[in-house]
Amino acid sequence: MSGPQLWMLQRGSAMLLALGVVVHLVTIMVAVRGGLSAAEILARTRGNAAWLAFYAAFALAAGLHGAIGLRAIAAEWLGWRGRGFDLAWMAVAVLTAALGIRAAYGLYSA
Amino acid sequence: MRLDPRGRSHPAYIAFLVHRLSGLLLALFLPLHFWALGQAITGEAALEGFIRWTDTAVLKFAETCLVVLLAAHLAGGLRVLALEFLGWRSSQKTLVAASAGFSLAVGALFLLNSGP
Repeated sequence: MSGPQLWMLQRGSAMLLALGVVVHLVTIMVAVRGGLSAAEILARTRGNAAWLAFYAAFALAAGLHGAIGLRAIAAEWLGWRGRGFDLAWMAVAVLTAALGIRAAYGLYSA
Repeated sequence: MRLDPRGRSHPAYIAFLVHRLSGLLLALFLPLHFWALGQAITGEAALEGFIRWTDTAVLKFAETCLVVLLAAHLAGGLRVLALEFLGWRSSQKTLVAASAGFSLAVGALFLLNSGP
C-alpha cells in the first residue's frame, strides 16, 4: 500500500475512532459509576448485536490506526522502513484487530 | 540543516509530541488490553474476578493515566483533522489549550465517577 493510501486510511480510521472514542469514554464513565461490575457490563452487551457491531468496528479501526501510527513512528525515529517492516506492521494491525473482535465477541456471548 | 530550537517550545510542537507519545503508548497498550479482555470474558465470574484483580491503587492510577491519554489523543487528533481538512490554522494555540483542558477534565471525571 502506498504512502498516500496509508495516509487516507489513517485519517479515515481517525474519523471513525473519534466517534468511537467518545462513545467509549462515555460508556467508561457510566460503567465505573458506583463501582465496575461484570454483571452491569454484561447486562449491557450480552446478546446485543448493536454493541457487538460497534466494538468489532472500533477494534478494527483501532488495530489499523495503531499499526499505521507505529509504522510512521518506527520509520521516523528508528529508520525501520521497507517491505519487510510493512508486512510486520500489517500483521500487527490484523492481530490487534482480531484480539479486539475476540474480546467483543466475548462480551456478546458470555 | 539545524532546526530552530525555539520551535520546540511552541504549543503546536508540544501538542505534536503529546499526540505522538499518547498514540505510541495507546498503540502498545491496545493488544494487551484486548488480549486480557479476551482471556477474562469467558463468563461473568471470570470477568468479575478480573475486575476485582484490578481493584488496586496502582492499577486505578494506571487506568486514569490511560483515560487521560485516550482523551488527549482524541482531542489532539481532532485538532489535526481540523487543521488538515478544515484549514483551521489561526486558532492553533486555543485548540491546543482546549485539547489539554479536555483531557484533564476527562481524567478528573473518571476519578470522580470511580469507586463505589
